Amino acid sequence: MLLAVLSGFILAACAPWLTRLLGDRAGWVLALLPAALFVYFLSWIPLTAGGAAEVVHYSWIPGLDINLSFLVDGLSLLFALLISGIGTFIIIYSGGYLHGHEYLPRFYGIMFAFMAAMLGVVLSNNIISLFVFWELTSITSYLLIGFNHEDKQARWCALQGLFVTVAGGLALLAGLIMLAGAGGSFELSELLNSGDVLRDYPLYTGMLILILFGTFTKSAQVPFHFWLPNAMAAPTPVSAYLHSATMVKAGIYLMARLNPGLGGTDQWLYTLGLFGAVTMFTGSFMALRSTDVKAMLAYSTIMALGTLTMLIGIGTEAAIIAALAFLLAHALYKAALFMLAGGLDHETGTKNILNMGGLRRLMPVSFITACVAALSLAGLPPLFGFIAKELMFEATLHAPAIATVTTVLAVISAIMIMAVAALFALRPYTGKLKETPKQPHEAPPSMLAGPVVLAALSLVFGVAGFLPVQGILHSAVAAVHGSPLEFKLYLWHGVNTPLLLSLLAVVTGLLVFAGWDRVLAVYRRLTFIDRFGPERGYERVMAALVWVAEWQTRVLQNGYMRNYLITILLTAVALAGGTFFIYTGNTVPFGTVDITFYEAVIAALIIAGAIVVSLMQSRLGAVATVGMVGFGVALIYVLFSAPDLAITQIMVETLTVILLVLVLYRLPRFLNLSSTAARIRDALVALLFGGMMTVLILAVLDVEVVAPISDQLVAWSYDEGHGRNIVNVILVDFRALDTLGEIFVVGLAAIGVYAMIRLRAEDKRS
Amino acid sequence: MEPVMAIVVGALFATSIYMMLRRSIVKLVIGLILLSNAANLLIFTVGGMKRGLPPLIDEGMKMPTGGWADPLPQALILTAIVISFGVLAFAVVLIHRAYEVVQEDDLDKMRSTDT
Amino acid sequence: MMGSLILRTAARFLLPLLLLFSLFMLLRGHDEPGGGFIAGLIAAVAFALYLFAFDAARTRQLLGVDPRLLLGLGLLAATVSGLPSILLGEAFFTAIWWPIDVPGFGEVKLSTPLLFDIGVYLLVLGAIMTIVLALDEAEEE
Repeated sequence: MLLAVLSGFILAACAPWLTRLLGDRAGWVLALLPAALFVYFLSWIPLTAGGAAEVVHYSWIPGLDINLSFLVDGLSLLFALLISGIGTFIIIYSGGYLHGHEYLPRFYGIMFAFMAAMLGVVLSNNIISLFVFWELTSITSYLLIGFNHEDKQARWCALQGLFVTVAGGLALLAGLIMLAGAGGSFELSELLNSGDVLRDYPLYTGMLILILFGTFTKSAQVPFHFWLPNAMAAPTPVSAYLHSATMVKAGIYLMARLNPGLGGTDQWLYTLGLFGAVTMFTGSFMALRSTDVKAMLAYSTIMALGTLTMLIGIGTEAAIIAALAFLLAHALYKAALFMLAGGLDHETGTKNILNMGGLRRLMPVSFITACVAALSLAGLPPLFGFIAKELMFEATLHAPAIATVTTVLAVISAIMIMAVAALFALRPYTGKLKETPKQPHEAPPSMLAGPVVLAALSLVFGVAGFLPVQGILHSAVAAVHGSPLEFKLYLWHGVNTPLLLSLLAVVTGLLVFAGWDRVLAVYRRLTFIDRFGPERGYERVMAALVWVAEWQTRVLQNGYMRNYLITILLTAVALAGGTFFIYTGNTVPFGTVDITFYEAVIAALIIAGAIVVSLMQSRLGAVATVGMVGFGVALIYVLFSAPDLAITQIMVETLTVILLVLVLYRLPRFLNLSSTAARIRDALVALLFGGMMTVLILAVLDVEVVAPISDQLVAWSYDEGHGRNIVNVILVDFRALDTLGEIFVVGLAAIGVYAMIRLRAEDKRS
Repeated sequence: MEPVMAIVVGALFATSIYMMLRRSIVKLVIGLILLSNAANLLIFTVGGMKRGLPPLIDEGMKMPTGGWADPLPQALILTAIVISFGVLAFAVVLIHRAYEVVQEDDLDKMRSTDT
Repeated sequence: MMGSLILRTAARFLLPLLLLFSLFMLLRGHDEPGGGFIAGLIAAVAFALYLFAFDAARTRQLLGVDPRLLLGLGLLAATVSGLPSILLGEAFFTAIWWPIDVPGFGEVKLSTPLLFDIGVYLLVLGAIMTIVLALDEAEEE
């Protein structure tokens, strides 16, 4: 299982190289990995039958309870199958779509990393590793959306997607940590069994808001939906993959996953139900407004995401069955439709549906496939989309508390999506052939394989509803519901309310389709959508961020070294000193002083030396006095049982003098640049900080600490370390790794010095 | 001895910070030297100070006789002394180089990043 | 540069003594005060003294190798000393000992910590000589 998740990352590393090696066949060959993963995940199906869950465990950071553990049940397997299955076709498709593209090797690299991250999200059992994979999908999708990095617009869109999803990710992290705190575990398999504890958690609402902020941004729910249509800046295979089986589905996955743990409350019902319903409506409303084929599909994805969120929110048995059926149906038809849209774009050179027409003779396979997939999108028999839509109506009709709102919005959305489906299937292919930028012809096999297979599956699953149920839906429903449910999927339910609603939606939708040109004219007048959409809000927030950044840079990064120092020091004094004052009041314990005459003289010498240095006018004098302070410190080490330190200190003092002699004389004389006021201010800061350190040390000396670990080190020194100088044994044996790091620093400093001096020498020569 | 050392460390910190706040870059270097001494003594003091009990084991023994000064802070300080020398060398050369480029000893006049 | 006759003579005498002393400090460091850091510093001071008495070129000649090579070798030795334990299935940097009886000298404790300490010695010497020589040569230019 670990290999299954990580193989994508491994292949990502060598994909660029393989792509160059394989040339034109790269797409077909590289697709073998996701295909193999698909088969591997299929082999898990019997193990999850009846809602069984399997946990595969690898220790990662055992000390922090963070493990690489994977949870395999119906839900994660459904997603894993979609990711690897659709991924297979996407990889093949990319080979055709980006044929000869200069960055194709890089594209495959990022794509496999993305796929692996996505598998990680849906298979993780530990919520921390889930979060890590979650963020990896954000980052890799950023690279994919901004793949055409020379295009400013693409970069902007990619950045927008990244900011929105990563902002959500931050909230999610907080939410997940609260979740772990509430449930007392980082493992999903344990958390989901303690649903009652989680729902009674005092901060349940706050935790829910944080988690939902993460899932809503990821799954493009209103008001965060705006990044998803912009993500179309990506090459089409990426859009197809992001929209159908991955990325945006991560949020849906997490909500479905957490349903047994967090669901069933009023907050859950209202938030998910209402936000989902509004998103569903917004998506379909905006889809009908678009003339760009990809934008149309992107908004219909938002519709689907809204529907899924709403169904998970409703949370009844019918709703959960509907949600998973809808999820599967959507993944199948949306991947097919997007790949077909890419085909149209690729072959005609335009994305505007108004500029296409009469392509059915030139692209017959595309036309038939588009019709089948669009029928599923529209929710017409005999396709799987029909079953899913009937189930959705059934669920909204019987939703607790919000049935009216959800049903009304669902019917309106269905009408508009019916029209969109008809537009997509018929408009480019029927009517008169129109002039397009490129001479159109049928797409290559690599670009048709995916759509044809996926559309065919939509048909097969529709006619034989028992296939997906037996295969995976049954155990997936059990995972989301928390316990197995018995159900069957049929095309024909008899005449009932959902069927009548469907009929209404189809007829009205076709009317809208017929009058689309007039509908568009009405839309064009609704310019407020562009002016007041949430995307404007995003722009405002970004502008404000830039403004704050500029302001704080002006104030804090003002270029005056002493301002930085004073800021840091006063903050330290305020935080450490303030805390100390609050907890202990103003009593400072001053222990008994046991001191000999020599020690007193040395201490006085150090203090006097330090003060003299700060008042001294000559460089030589200052260097000598600092040396005196250093030797005083060495004497302290001698008197107080640290011979190694004393020798080291003396040697370093000697070398410091050599160093200063080599450099200092080429530096200018001491100058008194500061005004008296500045000097008084600096003296005050210095005294404040020095005083605080003294007080803190006194306080620390007064505290009884636990037995120092060095007692153990002393006991081990001879038996385990074979050495009688305990300090040396610690340095080269017990803490050798630390010492290695420390000598690295010394080495780096030396290389730095060397580089600076050599660079100057080269400057002079040139 | 420790309370006296607390005052010594405080005095070293205060003077080092006073020196680092000066505008002359040479004084900054001197401040750095004092600062590392202050930090090392801080660890040494807080680790507990004992007279005449070095953490050494006599020949033929398995443990130091009659108690020992804590060896762990000593090990930490030992590397810290060497590292602070390395860092000091780096700082000194950096300052020297900056001085050569800018021909300016006044830190207030070394404000822009591209000189 | 500033070398006087007395300094030169002293440096010539002191250098071998100081170097011997540094080796002594290195090897006894596990049992008595000393060790890689201290020994490296002593050797560096010895060479620095020689540098003051003569010049950078002669000091380099005496060192035999570029100090940067010493620095790298030191890091390499210290890192490599952590590896044998991995081959034996122990954690990185677990100490391994090979006591050997040398006739007429007694037991010599060969070990990975000793190799580590030698690495520290070479690094400290290499680092300081890199700095000091670079500074001195920059001045001569």
